[in-house]
Amino acid sequence: MSRQDTSDIVFRRVLAIFPISILILVAGIFFQLVSASQLSLNKFGIGFLFTRVWDPVAENFGALPFIFGTCVTSLVALLLAIPIGVGAAIYLAEYAPPKVSKSISILVDLLAAIPSVIYGLWGIFVLVPYMRSSVQPFLGKYFGFLPFFQGPNYGVGFLAASIILAIIIVPFIISVSREVILAVPSVYKESAYALGTTRWEATFDIVLSYGRAGILGAVILALGRAIGETMAVTMIIGNNVIITPSLFSPGYTLASVLANEFTEAVSNLYLSALIEIGLVLFLLSIIVNILARLLIWSVTKGPTEAVK
Amino acid sequence: MKEIIHTSFERTRFQRAMWDRAMVFIVLLCAIAILLILFIILTHLFIQGMASLNLDFFTHLPKPVGENGGGMANAIAGSFTLLGLAVLVGVPIGLGAGVYLSEYAHLKFAQVVRFMADVMNGIPSIVYGIFAYIVCVLPMKSFSALSGGFALGIMMIPMISRTSEQFVRMVPSQLREAALALGIPKWRVIVDIVVPSALAGITTGIMVSLARVAGETAPLLFTAFGNRFWQHSLTQPIAALPLQVFTYAIAPYDDWHRQAWAGAIVLILMVLLINGWAQYYVMCRSRWSAGK
Repeated sequence: MSRQDTSDIVFRRVLAIFPISILILVAGIFFQLVSASQLSLNKFGIGFLFTRVWDPVAENFGALPFIFGTCVTSLVALLLAIPIGVGAAIYLAEYAPPKVSKSISILVDLLAAIPSVIYGLWGIFVLVPYMRSSVQPFLGKYFGFLPFFQGPNYGVGFLAASIILAIIIVPFIISVSREVILAVPSVYKESAYALGTTRWEATFDIVLSYGRAGILGAVILALGRAIGETMAVTMIIGNNVIITPSLFSPGYTLASVLANEFTEAVSNLYLSALIEIGLVLFLLSIIVNILARLLIWSVTKGPTEAVK
Repeated sequence: MKEIIHTSFERTRFQRAMWDRAMVFIVLLCAIAILLILFIILTHLFIQGMASLNLDFFTHLPKPVGENGGGMANAIAGSFTLLGLAVLVGVPIGLGAGVYLSEYAHLKFAQVVRFMADVMNGIPSIVYGIFAYIVCVLPMKSFSALSGGFALGIMMIPMISRTSEQFVRMVPSQLREAALALGIPKWRVIVDIVVPSALAGITTGIMVSLARVAGETAPLLFTAFGNRFWQHSLTQPIAALPLQVFTYAIAPYDDWHRQAWAGAIVLILMVLLINGWAQYYVMCRSRWSAGK
């Protein structure tokens, strides 16, 4: 029987307002960003993304230094977070006794719940002095032949921001990777053991290969988080518009220039340029996020619950 | 003459066992590294914060720049105000969307909405701040608590939608079928029976997203903007705890740094308490309903 009461039809139509609001919101955010950055879009066009100059006085704006800063900090953060995150996930999924695994997972969730402004606070007063006094001189002395570890040592800069970003994104990598590894059918591991592999060989060569897409998805999701991370990065990146290979150098990212300069934008063009940076950030994070979710879905056969 | 092709299985058994042992140790180190970092951060937070936390902090307003003392009473109150506003914005839309997505999940439209909600989750929080700025602050020509609450509220929508959908789905179909067999129209079943059964989980989801949003600073930077005094009007700038912590942390005054640590401890206690209460609530209710 497919007869429906009119009241049912009415209810469904009325209730549909709420999910439609979600669609309207996403579209609305996009269109408002585009329309508010019209001034800047018209004046600079696509060259905005490739211009190194950011001069509020002469009203000449370009986003390249910030795109550079966002890319550098995110990439270095991933380089640091992936080995440790996937390693910890392997430990939790394969080797740890269930009770230990559960308690460590709760602690990892605790790490994920810490607001980023608190990470920034810790970064300013603990991490940065430590970088300035110990880590960066050490790196400069032994690895100074690399362009990454040259330059004056302020403590704040790309390296400090990348480290704190790595700490922020590692819980996401751990929780999603752990789920991906647990989702691998045990039949694969059993066949591997039957062939005489050691535990590590079974995990690394077989489970990880099967879960490769999902872990890649976790990594890209973490990348999306890293791109948008504002407060902690703003507090320790040093606020310097520059493109340089030196990791010791203070720099700037897309999100932190917004945080710092938005309320100080004195002219309409300045504000419009900043909003255009917001638009770039918006589009970048959407693309990265969609990519990540498609990858994760392909392995765990459905949206995972750990992804927050 | 045998040709020796070097694959990993051509190593001696001893080498493979050693490698296995080594890698177990290494992944254990990774897990320990994470715990160590957590421990270091929490220890610093606790030591620095507890030293500065006193009754003044909770009851006084910020002192003028350069003077010692004062507190963050207005920031704490402001945070609660903003969270209240956020709930007003986020819960109706999130809950409505969640109920729709679970009850009419077979429709293509529902899948599109679900995907969009996931996309919303990934948008950086500062972009929400810009959106709220364009939509609320510019027309009102002033920073305000309303715009801050709006920004936080729309951030909550995808999270509330996802958890509401999840918990409404979990209501056993026997309940729905029994109600429908009695001749109750589907919409009544949803409103009067299904949603009230899922209410515990839905409330938990709302609490968890509230905890998430309580710590956000970026969307408030140019919506709520911050305020040094008590605020009774929703159309004026208002202080908020994470915002105050940020302002004090980057300032050059030692006393403000001290207060920033205290604020940070209060903030994280707030977040943990809301989260912990939500988990506890779920545990209690599930034990209660399992005993039925």
